[in-house]
Amino acid sequence: MPESITRSPNAVDNPYADPAARRALTDGIAAEPGVAKPDPILVVDNIVRKFGGMTAVDVDHLEVQKGIITALIGPNGAGKTTFFNLITGFDRPTSAPTRFKRPENAATWSFEGSELGSTSASNVARAGMVRTFQLTKSLNRMTVMENMMLGAREQSGENLLTCWLRPTWAKEEREAEAKAKELLARFKLLRKKDDYAGSLSGGQRKLLEMARALMTDPTMIMLDEPMAGVNPALTQSLLGHIQSLRDEGTTVLFVEHDMHMVRHISDWVVVMAEGRVIAEGRAEVVMSDPAVIDAYLGAHHDTDLGDETLQEDTVAPQPTSEENPT
Amino acid sequence: MTNVTENATEPDFQDDGLEADHTEIAEERARRQRRALIATAAVVIGFAVMWIVATTMSGTIPSIFASVLRSAIEPQTAAVAIAVIGLNIHFGFTGLLNIGQAGFMLLGAYGFAIAITRDVPLLFAVLIGLAAASAFALLLGLPTLKLRGDYLAIVTISAAEIIRYVGRLSQLTPVTGGSQGLPGSQYRDPFVNLSFFGDGTTTIGPFSYQNTGVNGWWIRFVAWLLVGICCVLVYFLVRSPWGRLLRGIREDEEAMRSLGKNVFAVKMQALVIGGALGALGGIMYVLPSSVQADSMGRTLTFFIWTALLLGGAATIFGPVLGTILFFSVRILIRGITGAVVPPEILNTQQSDQFSWVVVGVILMLLVIFRPQGILGNKRELQFNA
Ligand SMILES: Nc1ncnc2c1ncn2[C@@H]1O[C@H](COP(=O)(O)OP(=O)(O)OP(=O)(O)O)[C@@H](O)[C@H]1O
Ligand SMILES: [Mg+2]
Repeated sequence: MPESITRSPNAVDNPYADPAARRALTDGIAAEPGVAKPDPILVVDNIVRKFGGMTAVDVDHLEVQKGIITALIGPNGAGKTTFFNLITGFDRPTSAPTRFKRPENAATWSFEGSELGSTSASNVARAGMVRTFQLTKSLNRMTVMENMMLGAREQSGENLLTCWLRPTWAKEEREAEAKAKELLARFKLLRKKDDYAGSLSGGQRKLLEMARALMTDPTMIMLDEPMAGVNPALTQSLLGHIQSLRDEGTTVLFVEHDMHMVRHISDWVVVMAEGRVIAEGRAEVVMSDPAVIDAYLGAHHDTDLGDETLQEDTVAPQPTSEENPT
Repeated sequence: MTNVTENATEPDFQDDGLEADHTEIAEERARRQRRALIATAAVVIGFAVMWIVATTMSGTIPSIFASVLRSAIEPQTAAVAIAVIGLNIHFGFTGLLNIGQAGFMLLGAYGFAIAITRDVPLLFAVLIGLAAASAFALLLGLPTLKLRGDYLAIVTISAAEIIRYVGRLSQLTPVTGGSQGLPGSQYRDPFVNLSFFGDGTTTIGPFSYQNTGVNGWWIRFVAWLLVGICCVLVYFLVRSPWGRLLRGIREDEEAMRSLGKNVFAVKMQALVIGGALGALGGIMYVLPSSVQADSMGRTLTFFIWTALLLGGAATIFGPVLGTILFFSVRILIRGITGAVVPPEILNTQQSDQFSWVVVGVILMLLVIFRPQGILGNKRELQFNA
């Protein structure tokens, strides 16, 4: 197979491209909240975020393994988006040390071994941890192509001193454009490339945002509900794309409510509820964990989450609570 | 890599819809350019007709037309156009709400004029004016550019007023001339002496000015040359990836941060460049007249905003066209009102005030029926983020 152009320059031969290796890896990790990983890319400690009296996030310890796909799931309001905001620098933990005061259990979080406690959102992105937003942030009055081009890194044309000298950046621009076209084709947006992003549908904006994030060649990509509003056929191919990203060495952390998708592509699942990490493990392990089912569906329920039977009401000795609360 | 992704890539490159869509977009673009061309042509033809009438006939109307044409090429019109080009970088491209552009102009004018009176060479005096405005931009930007957009608006409008009040202070009379201001004779000589236009008077059509003089062809030439240079500068800046950063910031700062862009630094660069252009405009504004703090206050800022919205924000020539129209249309309205309405109903002073009322109404109609201005792109205004 020809090597794709989207393969990032920092792509490594990921040992976890091999399913057996992933299996061996996850077999070796205990399925308990806050468990240590052999090769964590992201480590967070004591992250607390309060909104007034309400604690939105309270994570004691969490590690995200490098080179695999980790899903972050949890019911609405569990604090997943807030957690994303906190570690990417868009929000600050209440427990973060300030210049004057360092709380006893000060929040610390690090990416690839370097502390992010005082790193701005843009520097976090430049360090290689790039996120998308649950409520999409497309640049509406710019074309789809311009949106994509903004994702390209280290453009010498973005320097004020040299930007008026076209020859200094023309070549870079052409390369970025080729890469953008390839990504847009994959995300079925190529024919929209000269349209304003504001004229795209909700699902298309989600896709654009994901494609734009990939333009930055992230080391780790954090997707907040990437497939919400994307049609099933495209979801299938995008899941394939996410897997190939992983195989090329990008670490993926994503939030998703669709349990089938979670089951299908994630190597590891972290479950949050009411701001805390309540479970971790492989998808099938986590989804049969009573604590998780409780968090999702309330107590007294004995069906697996994401189990096929949930979708088909043929075999349902006990109706699911969503369909028919008892 | 899985097969799924491979399949996803192949067909889309030869998408049938591609051709059709592109011609449609090209058509849309061509339509827009045609509209801008028609608008510009209409203005040019209008001025040409006035020119012919003014030079071949005599009477009230031809003399009104002549004064309209004169106001269109006035050096102060060019000076304001330069300030509008600066504001366009702030608001049109970056989305920064600067409601104190006249403050930048005033600071530039003070810096320049005071430096000349202290025997600083002309070029350095200009640089001092620009540096003063740049420092002012830095000072205002540092605390506000990390906050929401409204803060910059509040700070610029009050800071511009502060500059004006400080300039008027009687204690500062030895430096700024206090409320009397600095008369042009104190600082204009080095500029006038630079002229290679020689002495005498040249008449072209309805225009008859001294070749050099205090307010003659020389300053008109330099002022409009500068307008041209600024347009070229802005063209190169905004067509580059740096310009793309500006528009990205205008659309959504957080998205730009998530892509690793240093939003604060880029906003600061835009604020400084636009402010420095404001200062350049300020210097040109005072060269044919005097530095008067009160002539560069909120009213001038309002003119600058009106001219920008009239011509079309986020365009290259919109600011220039908007400024020329703003000043010349008002003279036209004033002249016609004076000629048509008997002095018992509206005297000269009242017809001047009436012309401002009409300008205000035109601005309202413009915002309602053509919010993108004359040259602006309607599609760019359609999606309110
Ligand atoms: N800016 C804010 N001000 C006040 N409360 C907030 C704010 N942002 C989030 N919250 C609260 O924090 C909690 C967690 O919100 P968050 O958006 O992180 O949930 P989530 O897990 O992403 O949910 P969903 O799956 O619905 O997206 C919610 O109860 C929410 O009301
Ligand atoms: Mg969320």
